[in-house]
Amino acid sequence: MEKTISVNLKIWRQRGPKEKGSFVNYHLDNVSTGSSFLEMLDMLNQHLVEQGEEPVVFDNDCREGICGMCSLYINGHPHGPVQGITTCQLHMRKFEDGATIVIEPWRSAAFPVIRDLIVDRSAFDKIQQAGGYVSFNCGGAPDANATPISKEIADVAMDSATCIGCGACVAACKNGSAMLFVSAKVSQFALLPQGQVERKRRARAMVAKMDELGFGNCTNTGACAAECPKSIPLSNIARLNREFIKAKCSD
Amino acid sequence: MIDPVKLNDMIDSSPIMQDFADIESSKLPEYQVDSKIPEGPIAEKWTNYKAHQKLVNPANKRHLDIIVVGTGLAGASAASTLGEMGFNVLNFCIQDSPRRAHSIAAQGGINAAKNYQNDGDSIYRLFYDTVKGGDFRSREANVYRLAEVANNIIDQCVEQGVPFAREYGGLLANRSFGGAQVSRTFYAKGQTGQQLLLGAYASLNRQIQKGTVRSFVRREMLDVVIIDGRARGIIVRNLVTGEIERYAAHAVVLATGGYGRAFFLSTNAMGCNGSAAVQAFKKGAYLANLAFTQIHPTCIPVHGEDQSKLTLMSESLRNDGRIWVPKKKEDAEAIRAGKKKPTDIPDEDRDFYLERRYPAFGNLCPRDIASRAAKERCDAGYGVGTGNAVYLDFKYAIERLGEDVVRDRYGNLFDMYQMISDDNPYETPMMIFPASHYTMGGIWVDYELQTSIKGLFAIGECNFSDHGANRLGASALMQGLADGYFVLPYTMQNYLSDQIKVPRFSTDTPEFDKAEKDVRDRIAKLMAIKGTKSPDEIHKRLGHVMWNLVGMGRTLQGLVKAISEIDEVRKEFYSDLRIVGSADDLNTELEKALRLEDFLVIAKMMAIDALNRNESCGAHFREEYQTADGEAARRDDLYMYVSCWKWTGDDSKPILIKEPLHYEAIKVQTRNYKS
Repeated sequence: MEKTISVNLKIWRQRGPKEKGSFVNYHLDNVSTGSSFLEMLDMLNQHLVEQGEEPVVFDNDCREGICGMCSLYINGHPHGPVQGITTCQLHMRKFEDGATIVIEPWRSAAFPVIRDLIVDRSAFDKIQQAGGYVSFNCGGAPDANATPISKEIADVAMDSATCIGCGACVAACKNGSAMLFVSAKVSQFALLPQGQVERKRRARAMVAKMDELGFGNCTNTGACAAECPKSIPLSNIARLNREFIKAKCSD
Repeated sequence: MIDPVKLNDMIDSSPIMQDFADIESSKLPEYQVDSKIPEGPIAEKWTNYKAHQKLVNPANKRHLDIIVVGTGLAGASAASTLGEMGFNVLNFCIQDSPRRAHSIAAQGGINAAKNYQNDGDSIYRLFYDTVKGGDFRSREANVYRLAEVANNIIDQCVEQGVPFAREYGGLLANRSFGGAQVSRTFYAKGQTGQQLLLGAYASLNRQIQKGTVRSFVRREMLDVVIIDGRARGIIVRNLVTGEIERYAAHAVVLATGGYGRAFFLSTNAMGCNGSAAVQAFKKGAYLANLAFTQIHPTCIPVHGEDQSKLTLMSESLRNDGRIWVPKKKEDAEAIRAGKKKPTDIPDEDRDFYLERRYPAFGNLCPRDIASRAAKERCDAGYGVGTGNAVYLDFKYAIERLGEDVVRDRYGNLFDMYQMISDDNPYETPMMIFPASHYTMGGIWVDYELQTSIKGLFAIGECNFSDHGANRLGASALMQGLADGYFVLPYTMQNYLSDQIKVPRFSTDTPEFDKAEKDVRDRIAKLMAIKGTKSPDEIHKRLGHVMWNLVGMGRTLQGLVKAISEIDEVRKEFYSDLRIVGSADDLNTELEKALRLEDFLVIAKMMAIDALNRNESCGAHFREEYQTADGEAARRDDLYMYVSCWKWTGDDSKPILIKEPLHYEAIKVQTRNYKS
């Protein structure tokens, strides 16, 4: 059965990208353990607004773990202490009564803070724009069943395609590397027949853009895959490395 | 108390509606709509249209600008396809990336009439099922076109690299959805919307890279700018800086989704809103069939007052899950009191009420019917959980298929359920209850998807077009992509063909000045209220009114009461709203307040539309109009029309305009899912 708990919150507050931020402490009572983590923050904001204070701002939208909008570094983990879920799927029953919860934004040079817990992830869009697609104009596609694809291949491609672009991998990585994110998209298309024509160009272009935007290098610590809310496996990075080397060798 | 039937007769002859709508003006000849349905037999209409429509040559396309607001399935597919054709596209979204639009959360699948399963499917059958599912309140020609282009969508998405589920032989897999007796739903695990949206996002990215599409994120449209009777631009608020910005174009496309959050609690994302529709409404676009709001039968029940949203459990679960409540009231009471568990109830004491009432379709009957049946059982005292829940049980599927197969098919949904409810659905049945999910109603559009304002188009969920009074599962993705990939890019050329001489224009015009001033005044007015209630508090109050009185079961008295209660909430909004922070800055409270102000307009129009429609059809269930066994009773002689509403002012009555519906290719009949 659900009960209510009290929590102590230490939340990073920062007015703008250039301003200095700091932790601010808040105490919250009567939090239902059936509430989600973001509903707990809604409660906090309701109290703040009642006192005429500005709410703590954080990105969120679908609140069911698929849009990739929510972020938050909770007690040292991107998306909180429970593996395989996003912050919006985290529930307060995972916290003890009286617990102290530290909440920070994603911390990475490539993701500057906009305000409080909101960061700018437009670098991810830029990487996708560099090559994360099959160059195919609408209209004139052959019948969908014209090219059979084995179930095994389709399933692995689907696992890669599951990436929600939240940025937890970058936040988790001590180097701030975006390799898991990039490799998921490169893998999806490298596996499928539709992606073959542009396979090399895609790997080159996406890696080059990633480097240009200030993401760090990969040193295979595996923190990204461990913290990924969609459990995107590390094997994608191995595949990206192969794709990139093959592309470079053919230059 | 007046006899409700008598009251309804009075409404039919209009005395009560006169309190809420301008009945006299409705009769004027200028209030007619032209749906521009092409000539010819239904199967040839779209072909004929395309053969005879006007085109724009490639050299002219790059001189024409098109604004697309929204980046969901409809918006992203339209923006990318228009860009591919060579138009210059400006694409806006409120999120931090186009990839986050709420289409991403669609779980179950997308319909098409491929007949890959050799089970008798055809374009006609998909068309027929959709019109029937919509309870004969949709425009026949639009639905046929939708069914016709559905197959192209699947081809298109496979070519984009969308990893649809496949059989071991390498061909595409299908599953069944409600309202159909064939397997025509294509899917990618329980994440079909995500994969389709990422496909459209990828195409969009390719155009952004090429420079044909410019992407503007974290921007919210606050007005549409009309110049000489045509939509020529938009005013947006930059959500990061608070700046008000102007953008001009030759045409404007709204792809801004539905207004389901009028109920506050819904399966929609937190940012989903009906504001673009209200802005268009206030500039002269009609809103149509607003009473048609879909309440989805399988959502995780409400847990408490602090809840912010509800989570959907995909309709695909009804392929293998069986829905039941206890047959005996004392069992239901014991379960609610925590004295019994669902697993304590033997099979013979379980009431599989959908299988009992609708043997031909069973657990896969359409959403409106499944939702009402759940409400009927709960209202009768057989509900479980808090009393507002029924069971969705996989025990039988696990016995038949084994746990591994069930895990393979629905694993991610089961995990999601367990995360939220803390129950293991492999061991104990899921608890579900209906929740606001989708809005069939929306901005009125003609066959070309153009609104009643020239040059203003509406696509996807934000228009009213294809689903009638009830949408079938896996048809929202189909409609969004049909509009964006295959319909709008054609009809847009027909509109722009005589605009090629119109030069790209500046935003320094009196019309833009006025629109920006109106937006600034509106924001200043809300900031100046300085009351005590947050936007969320007031929104919750509105949500309660809407759920209780304009929800699954509506009555004449209830709707009249709803309108006066919405007016009360509106009064509270304008007198006691508090927005902390500044308007010239990132301000999430201001964003919520602006959206809520528009929800108040839509909510009242929903209630008025529901009050006007004295019949039950699809998701619109007026309790006065039901058959002896509790089914919806349509009144085709009086209400076989699209109810279009024209705005006349904040404090004056809207005008009702009727677009009559004609069915030539389909015989209108009573929906039957029993035999």
